[in-house]
Amino acid sequence: MQNLDSRPAPYVKDQTQEAAEEERQWEATEVKEADHVPDTMQTPDVPPPTPAKDQFQEELVIRPLHSGDIYASFQFRTMWDTDFLRGSKVSHYRLFPKSLGQVISKFSVRELHISFTQGYWRTMQWGQPFLPSPPGAELWVWFQDTVTDVDGAWKELTNVLSGIFCASLNFIDSTNTVQPSASFKPLGLGNVTDQRFLRYAVLPREIVCTENLTPWKKLLPCGSKVPVCLMFDALMKVASSQSFRLSYNTSEVCITPICAMCKSTVWELRQTLNVVFDLHTSGQGKREWSLFKMFSRTLTEACPLASSSKVYVDGELFELSPTTPLLSQAVVLGDRRTYSVYDLTNQATFGQTRSLNMLLRWRAAESGDMLRPLLHGERYVAGYGLQTGEIHTLMYNNHPYRAFPVLLLDTVPWYLRLYIHTLTVTSKGRDNKPSYIHYQPSKDRLRPHLLEMLVQLPPNSVTEVTMQFERALLKWTEYTPDPNHGFYVGSSVISALVPSVVAMDTNSTRECPLFSSFFPCKEESSYFMRVYTEPLLVNLPTPDFSMPYNVICLTCTVVAVGYGSLYNLLTRTFQVEEPSPGLAKRLANIIRRLRGVPLL
Amino acid sequence: MAAPLTLLLIVAVTIRAVLFRSSLAELIPERVEVVSPLNAWKRVVEGLALLDLGVSPYAGDVFHETPLIIYFFHFVSDYAEIVFMMADALTAVALYLAVKDYNKTVFRKQKYALEAERYPLDCLELIRTPKEMYYIPLKVAMFYLLNPFTILSCVAKSTCGLNNAVIALFILCTVKGSSLMSAIFLALATYQSIYPLTLFAPALLYLLQRLYIPVNWQRSSFWLFTTQYTFMYLGSLCVMVCLSFFLLSSWDFLSSVYGFILSVPDLTPNIGLFWYFFAEMFEHFRLFFICVFQINVFFYTIPLSIKLKEHPIFLIFMQIAIISIFKSYPTVGDIALYMAFLPAWNHLYRFLRNIFLVSVVLLACSTLFPVLWHLWIYAGSANSNFYYAITLLFNVAQILLVSDYFYAYLRREHHLTHGLYLKRKDGSEATLVLK
Repeated sequence: MQNLDSRPAPYVKDQTQEAAEEERQWEATEVKEADHVPDTMQTPDVPPPTPAKDQFQEELVIRPLHSGDIYASFQFRTMWDTDFLRGSKVSHYRLFPKSLGQVISKFSVRELHISFTQGYWRTMQWGQPFLPSPPGAELWVWFQDTVTDVDGAWKELTNVLSGIFCASLNFIDSTNTVQPSASFKPLGLGNVTDQRFLRYAVLPREIVCTENLTPWKKLLPCGSKVPVCLMFDALMKVASSQSFRLSYNTSEVCITPICAMCKSTVWELRQTLNVVFDLHTSGQGKREWSLFKMFSRTLTEACPLASSSKVYVDGELFELSPTTPLLSQAVVLGDRRTYSVYDLTNQATFGQTRSLNMLLRWRAAESGDMLRPLLHGERYVAGYGLQTGEIHTLMYNNHPYRAFPVLLLDTVPWYLRLYIHTLTVTSKGRDNKPSYIHYQPSKDRLRPHLLEMLVQLPPNSVTEVTMQFERALLKWTEYTPDPNHGFYVGSSVISALVPSVVAMDTNSTRECPLFSSFFPCKEESSYFMRVYTEPLLVNLPTPDFSMPYNVICLTCTVVAVGYGSLYNLLTRTFQVEEPSPGLAKRLANIIRRLRGVPLL
Repeated sequence: MAAPLTLLLIVAVTIRAVLFRSSLAELIPERVEVVSPLNAWKRVVEGLALLDLGVSPYAGDVFHETPLIIYFFHFVSDYAEIVFMMADALTAVALYLAVKDYNKTVFRKQKYALEAERYPLDCLELIRTPKEMYYIPLKVAMFYLLNPFTILSCVAKSTCGLNNAVIALFILCTVKGSSLMSAIFLALATYQSIYPLTLFAPALLYLLQRLYIPVNWQRSSFWLFTTQYTFMYLGSLCVMVCLSFFLLSSWDFLSSVYGFILSVPDLTPNIGLFWYFFAEMFEHFRLFFICVFQINVFFYTIPLSIKLKEHPIFLIFMQIAIISIFKSYPTVGDIALYMAFLPAWNHLYRFLRNIFLVSVVLLACSTLFPVLWHLWIYAGSANSNFYYAITLLFNVAQILLVSDYFYAYLRREHHLTHGLYLKRKDGSEATLVLK
């Protein structure tokens, strides 16, 4: 066990660093000067010269997807240089939401990640999302190492968050909470990797609706007074009116301590809202699109509290109508894209009409070839009947020549009894033995199965992980209100360091110095990525809910038959049967006995 | 007699070997009638796999075998098929020898009684003859080895076969009069599945009877032997439990094995009465009914011991039957063990009241189990009530079978003291009733 634990350590460290690096890359993405206009923008990472201890940034990224849908990602970042945990109680809140601040200090939270998602991100059609999340609700929290009763704190925290976000997070209990050993590392500061302080839970059944956005929006400093935020209102109306179909929406909140200039710890609150607008099925697939069309409103000003407020449009496929002088190149998830940037803090952006309404027209009828996601996961249940079954997890490595290791995390509820000895991992028809397996078997009604393993994915291959399970019959009170709908099993999580696509980009048309391209390897040669598979819906055998009384009566009758017949034989003895006299004779005898006359 | 027995063993092993090689070997271990969470081979393999991963097999809720079993199979899991076939053969041989010895004792006792002219004159047709008793041991072995229930259980590699072997060896040692071995095997059987605890009383009675010590509270020899036997039993039980502790250096197995047997958390359907009852139970009555149902298994020991104190081997049969009907996770392997004893009581045949009905019901239920299971689980055209109804009927039939044999035994004993053809006071022919 000792060496099993130690084996993945270097990798894990890598991954953490890499994750942090990746994070920074995104932040540190330089806005390269476009050739004609000098850039006056500040890069977001440089703190403002004013000694303000907190700052707020907002951002909207619009990206067309190759399926013709539009991916809009709202990001809000609040940073506050304060100490929630030590010293005097923090009571003066400016930009940072007070409700979350109190949660952090009360429960000694080191890091908190929560996401609510409706729909499933179709990786093969849409490419990678900026921030992946599983369908339903996901919550993972790192506690400070000063917390003694982690389970108690977790229980309370989930209940508090359930109130803050108006979601059924209170359904998180020990039966769906796990402590992954390697898949979830702190993204922020702190090198604590003791999994005792980590709790991870997914509620795949959680229904996320637009109502969940209201409490989420309340955490923003600008509320709904300013345009970018105002779009939520529009969004909510849009979503409820069904004029556009949202194929996918996810709202996330992450709180991490990060390091600002590495002098002090800064609390970072990131709120992200990702939406995919389904333009085709809503009958508006004219491949022409504007802010007004989508949100029924235009942008008129930035949030006055925001230190930076920008709209990024992935413009490689678009013709943008108010053109912008600013361009930005960003490498996200190994993919280098050029974005047009609209700086909302700059009044010139809004032009004469004092409002910004971007009009985007697709450049070509065909959107060109999409970069296939290098890593992709799928999952399904095989087998028929309600007795046994088999979970198949498929992991695709689409990289043409690089193999890379992935960490697979599977959380399966206890009522699917997994058999670890039936675990098989095959790639290209050959057995692929995982180099690290962390398996925690389930306890009935107490904790789920946890399976984590490190698998090397060969290049250009599909790796299939299968495992058999047995479906348990539950007590009749343990079934959900609609038992024949089935039970959800949360997504499995695939975490990997994926070799960058940029590195394998052999397109030499890009203007770069010749000396930089001797080896097809760039500084960002691999990046951290997390992929969630589909959740599973599994049917369990059900008892007949209508007849508890009948069952109790019938079974007790059978036991009583056993008891009665044995009791009969044990307590009675054999006797010769004397014929009983007739009724008249018996009555006569009673009378005779009363009279004191000899009996008949 | 050795030749027919050898032939029987060869036939039995051949059948099993053929079935192990057939496609049924995949199907049978999945049958809920044949394996329970306690003794499924799949779970033994899982336990070994967990051990290989460095996880305690008792950390999860899949493995419920005792630590000795896991260490046993740690070495022989590759030869599991041979082990299970040998266990069956061993059980059959042990039962064969035990019944042979027991028949000798019965016959000797009967001879003394005849010489002392203790039997009424009209009971001569109840007297057992050596001719009819000659083939009984072979029939017992045959009933065990060729019983489809045993064969299914063996092909499924259910560890129930091993428990049966231990109990058979216990019976053999008891009948042979070796109190130490008897105590050790009884402790082993108890260690494996608690319930054989109730066999303590018949074993003690038999050994006392063999040593001509009357069951008399005033006699010191009675107390001496009882203490001695109890001590041997508890001592060996203690050794086994401590050995298990040292093998895994944790006490987890106690809750995972015995807690699991007693508190019935796994409601996987089986042929018993517990699963559906506790699936449909109201939460606040659960503890009460678990206590009632578990006490029910142990409850009959004392009254039965009092009633049958002169007939400990029949008492063993009764106890094994009651255990296999009322235990929390019964399988067909348990039933096969007590059914093997039925040929030993074939002299009771004339007093059985509803053997035809019971055997027809048992046969019908055995065939309906897979049918209704298929309808519920695979076809979806039936629901759990169908399968539940069959388990109820199956258990009623078993109860009737056992109580019928009990009735017949008591009645024969009554006739042996009071005469076969009883007369009323007025001289007309009388019928016997229980009063």
